[in-house]
Amino acid sequence: MSVHNTHAEHIDSETGKLGMWIFLFTELFLFGGLFLVYAVFRAKYSAEFHIAAGELNAFIGTMNTVFLLVSSMTVAMSLTAIQKGDRKLAMFLVLVTILLAALFMVNKYFEWTHKFEYGIYPGSEVLKNMSHGELLFFGLYYMMTGLHALHVLVGMVLLSINVVRIKSGSVNSNHYLMLENSALYWHLVDLIWIFLFPLLYLIT
Amino acid sequence: MSISGSETQVSYLDYQGKHKGIWSWLLSTDHKRIGLLYLYAIIVFFFVAAFLGLLMRIELIAPGRTIMEPQTYNGLFTIHGIIMIFVIVIPGLAAVFGNFFLPILIGARDVAFPKLNLFSWYLYMIGAILGVLSQFIGGGAPDTGWTFYVPYSVESSTNVIYALTAAFILGFSSILTGLNFIVTIHRMRAPGMGWMRMPLFPWALYATAWIQVLATPIVGITLLMVIAERVLNIGFFDPALGGDPVLFQHLFWIYSHPAVYIMILPAMGIVTEIFPTFSQKPVFGYGAIVLSSLAIAFVGYFVWGHHMFTSGMSYNARWFFSFLTFIVAVPSAIKVFNWISTMYGGSIDLKPPLLYAISFIFLFMIGGFTGLVLGSLATNVHTHDTAFVVAHFHYIIFGGMGFAFFAAIHYWAPKMFGRMYNFRVANIAWVLNFTGFNLLYFPLFIVGLQGMPRRSYDYLPQFQSGHVLSTVGAFILIAGLLLMVYNLVRGARKGEVAPANPWKGVTLEWKIPSPPPHENFDDIPVITSKPYLFGNNSDNK
Repeated sequence: MSVHNTHAEHIDSETGKLGMWIFLFTELFLFGGLFLVYAVFRAKYSAEFHIAAGELNAFIGTMNTVFLLVSSMTVAMSLTAIQKGDRKLAMFLVLVTILLAALFMVNKYFEWTHKFEYGIYPGSEVLKNMSHGELLFFGLYYMMTGLHALHVLVGMVLLSINVVRIKSGSVNSNHYLMLENSALYWHLVDLIWIFLFPLLYLIT
Repeated sequence: MSISGSETQVSYLDYQGKHKGIWSWLLSTDHKRIGLLYLYAIIVFFFVAAFLGLLMRIELIAPGRTIMEPQTYNGLFTIHGIIMIFVIVIPGLAAVFGNFFLPILIGARDVAFPKLNLFSWYLYMIGAILGVLSQFIGGGAPDTGWTFYVPYSVESSTNVIYALTAAFILGFSSILTGLNFIVTIHRMRAPGMGWMRMPLFPWALYATAWIQVLATPIVGITLLMVIAERVLNIGFFDPALGGDPVLFQHLFWIYSHPAVYIMILPAMGIVTEIFPTFSQKPVFGYGAIVLSSLAIAFVGYFVWGHHMFTSGMSYNARWFFSFLTFIVAVPSAIKVFNWISTMYGGSIDLKPPLLYAISFIFLFMIGGFTGLVLGSLATNVHTHDTAFVVAHFHYIIFGGMGFAFFAAIHYWAPKMFGRMYNFRVANIAWVLNFTGFNLLYFPLFIVGLQGMPRRSYDYLPQFQSGHVLSTVGAFILIAGLLLMVYNLVRGARKGEVAPANPWKGVTLEWKIPSPPPHENFDDIPVITSKPYLFGNNSDNK
């Protein structure tokens, strides 16, 4: 037995969850900085923000919102499944969550490349000829959805680790802290999007 | 409370885990070893940055060019600031003494997340090394000052991106340490240690940790935005693209003012541990100190605007920020009152830790009062961006946090290394440090009031006498620092063996052997009374 790690291995679930919640606070503040910048420029250039938002495809945005909302549900269901000891169902539901996240990313990819084709990307000539408000709107659009997409990717990695752990049995009906924390993180990713969606897509 | 002796356990310094040699340190999740890893790193970086500071002082000994070009000077004050602020002062006390003593003071075997703790240290090292490297590689040392003000930080052709990335990584490390400490304090206190039985250094760390967790992300995203601005031309802060440079200043100070409290709150916590021990008397006004720590953390969040009185803000915003700045001085003053009252009527033992703690009060008060000069709207216009500001924040940061660090290392070194240092040499070093410090920074108040701008390579001849005094002070201070470190290192290696409780302290760290065993406590202690009860004070139950 290794004495070395005796006090490292016993993170009880309350402690682990508290740590996760505090980490989620920091994530909220990280995005909060961007929301603050959004608020300042939205107030300053409200008319131009409305015009620029018209360029975004609300249909794709809505689809992505649905994907994320459903994925939040499936990840919550997987937690219930693991608590009830149904590892197969839990694994299936986590896989569905990952699939929905992947669909979200695919959508996002097409949305971004579509914009690029029109020459709407940071630093482009097209943007430089637009009004200041529109330019800042797209700057915010790329920064906010980009940072959010990065979080989606991190979430997908976390969930994939969960799949492996559920399969190997180290996440089970007695020890599911990792899945619970990943689900919390996933809900945060969802929550941020719930704010991004109306602020970017629905203000026309 | 009773604690069984831990003679059966080997000390954490001799303990052999599954890794050997250097790896038993670099891969250790023991909070004490991680604390020492931070300590050694901080000492190295501190002397690098102090040396840069000394070079600046030599340059300023006479008007015009003395030893370097103006651009070199710009790089020096930037890197000096970045290393000192982000690598030493912000993490310093919490990472070294917080890591080492927080678990012991609350009767725990380690922090809540030991592996995360080690990870934080690696992040810290990556950020710190990147920061130092930015001085030497590629496009030249960053020249924006540690505040990275736009639009210059977007336009400068120097290595600003490296410095920004370094600060971002260091911020992330700081967040994880704060998170770890909050959870540790919530979940790992010994049985019987209610919140109001917790020693005051942990309380200060608790208040600090919340600022770390809630303020640091803002600067994180702000630095990311500046990076995006440089790389992608996004334009949030560029007026030519419709952006707003003052917005950057707001975002930057929303973090960086609370960061001042990240530095000073643990410093206050440390001297609060020292005064009762060397007065052999319970701390005066335990509740007031707890509340004032929380009040400083809370109000300190809303005073950032006082860095921007001349940047263009509405009159209402200015008086509001000025008013809150005066309010935040109140809890700080309450603490000073409590420390003095703790000493009053005690049996004072003027050992080196107490000397440093008392000089902390003295220097912190000068820094605090001059802070009010800067926090008042009218006087701020006169002193803004002058050497007066430089003197003020060095009194707070170095005189406050720095001297508290020295107090802490003299207080706890016997516990950390199990050996005593030489008191006589420590006292001589203190005299040099205290004299050198005041001689270095006090003249800057005066030349600042006379109009000497900060961050300036050159100056008018009328400021020279002040600058000469200041440079002489810098040499005395460096000599004092070297002597102090020499004495501590010598003590830690060859000093006489320290007893478990050399200062007759009563908090938990003095009830376990020096140096502490690997697991701190054989049996987790059960706490039955408030802290700081000395044998002869039965009236304070």
